[in-house]
Amino acid sequence: MEFIQQLINGISLGSIYALIALGYTMVYGIVKLINFAHGDVFMVGAFVGFYSITVLKLPFFPALILAMTVCALFGMMIERIAYKPLRNATRIAALITAIGVSLFIEYGMIYVRGAQPEAYPGTVLPKETIDLFGLNVSSQSLFILGISVLLMILLQFIVHRTKIGKAMRAVSHDAEAAKLMGINVDNTISATFAIGSALAGAAGVIFGVYYIKIEPLMGIIPGLKAFVAAVLGGIGIIPGAMVGGLALGVIESLVSAMGFSLWRDGVAFIVLILILIFRPSGLFGKNMREKV
Amino acid sequence: MAKFKNRLGFWLSIGSALAGFVIFQILISGGILNPFYVNAIYTIAINIILAVSLHLIIGITGQFSIGHAGFLAVGAYASAIFSMNLQLPFGLALLAGGLAAAVAGLIIGIPTLRLRGDYLAIATLGFGEIVRIMLLNMDYVGGASGMQVSNLTTWPWIFGCLLLTIIVIRNFTNSTHGRACISIREDETAADAMGINTTYYKVMAFVIGSFFAGIAGGLFAHNFYIIQPSNFGFLKSFDILIFVVLGGLGSMSGAVIAAILLTIVSTFLQDYPETRMIIYSLVLIVMMLYRPQGVMGTKEITSFFKKQKPAQGGQSDEKHNTSA
Repeated sequence: MEFIQQLINGISLGSIYALIALGYTMVYGIVKLINFAHGDVFMVGAFVGFYSITVLKLPFFPALILAMTVCALFGMMIERIAYKPLRNATRIAALITAIGVSLFIEYGMIYVRGAQPEAYPGTVLPKETIDLFGLNVSSQSLFILGISVLLMILLQFIVHRTKIGKAMRAVSHDAEAAKLMGINVDNTISATFAIGSALAGAAGVIFGVYYIKIEPLMGIIPGLKAFVAAVLGGIGIIPGAMVGGLALGVIESLVSAMGFSLWRDGVAFIVLILILIFRPSGLFGKNMREKV
Repeated sequence: MAKFKNRLGFWLSIGSALAGFVIFQILISGGILNPFYVNAIYTIAINIILAVSLHLIIGITGQFSIGHAGFLAVGAYASAIFSMNLQLPFGLALLAGGLAAAVAGLIIGIPTLRLRGDYLAIATLGFGEIVRIMLLNMDYVGGASGMQVSNLTTWPWIFGCLLLTIIVIRNFTNSTHGRACISIREDETAADAMGINTTYYKVMAFVIGSFFAGIAGGLFAHNFYIIQPSNFGFLKSFDILIFVVLGGLGSMSGAVIAAILLTIVSTFLQDYPETRMIIYSLVLIVMMLYRPQGVMGTKEITSFFKKQKPAQGGQSDEKHNTSA
């Protein structure tokens, strides 16, 4: 029973990772850039959600949508200002810029509002304990899981059934050829950033509701773990990011349950290194031969 | 004649370095500089060692490693254990720190150096975090509250290590091995096709780089009264990375200059940590947008004084490609 209880906790946590990982994977799939600032978009989403609940007195769902919108715009802005001029630069230059943007958002946030943490009001979502065949499941984790699954289904729909999704898949397959076929590559990349950042913003609000405490540096560790999740599933592959996120959440909860809670953060990175060594293309990835 | 001139340059730089050493020694022992400035000079020197050791890995070999704080931490803790828990002399403790970091570099380097570019960066970042979390969970080294270390670092020790680091890495760069490393940076596939054992050279550069990072760790540890795992988070790795990137990937003097300048800036901004990080990150972004090759590109400071001498090691007329 204890095991299944932990499994459920792990899945709730994992669905948050999965939401962030989707943004990583989409951006990497299309511009081959590890967007380090993605974890900070997640943080911004958490704060927008917090302020819209406490200051604007919005209920949960409007706050979630507001946070997603703000994050989408924020993500597009980051892309336009910092990443677009580097489209043809070396990979290292792009990676360093991403690190710079990430630090800038973190410390800019601290500069603007101070480093003190905030506590999400506990009453945004109904908090009841549901007795499910002898298991105690909080209604919040069910809510979180439900929202995440809904967003992921929505994302699958966008990517596979809409015009912009088709353009995204085309650009990620071959940007040059897509351009020749009349696809506006810049707009497609902006849309990718917008969608990915909106998901990160949603994850931020959900994280805040689930863990209560938010602070300006909260994006770093979940961001890195979401990246691990993306690599675990095979970076650039959307179902891979979902499975990777859920798997990572479950692994972490089980490690905590076994009494190694202090090692929890370390386990994610050990998983990462093992995956990189033994299956660098991830669980769902195909081995690609390098072009010379 | 050319050979003599080369030697002359070498002895000139050694001579001026020694002169600098003597001047600072007089300033320090004469009590002319107050402890704040003395400490700033120590920090500058330690940062130069770190920057130069990372320069060998990133700038010369083109392996994008962002877990350098991990090696710093291994060196710091190993040397602290040797000097404090085992009561061995300081020199031995420093050497132990360097060797421990080199072993860590070997263990990490062999499997992860098969990865390229972004993946290597993430794997090394993960390694740095694993080291930090391990230290956090080891009671022998004090866990999160850290380890008491006595203040043993003195100017002669720091200067000696600094000089040793620069000479070794400079000579390594100009040797056959260094050339092989540069060829790996330029194009790994081509280097491999030309019969260079890329894994061997990458691991070699990695181990040497981590050895010196470990020595810097020993100096760093004994410069304060306490070391804690939180000193070695990846912000520290980024600090070191920024030295190398700003100075110019592939330029040792660039790394040195950037380490000096940025350490001075951050010493004076110590009371405003947010402002310091905002300036750092803005500089990083603007630099990458407008001058991605860094301040010095791949040039060395000595190349400004030479007229028609062919390129020294680490230079390839600013067109090197580190995308790997």
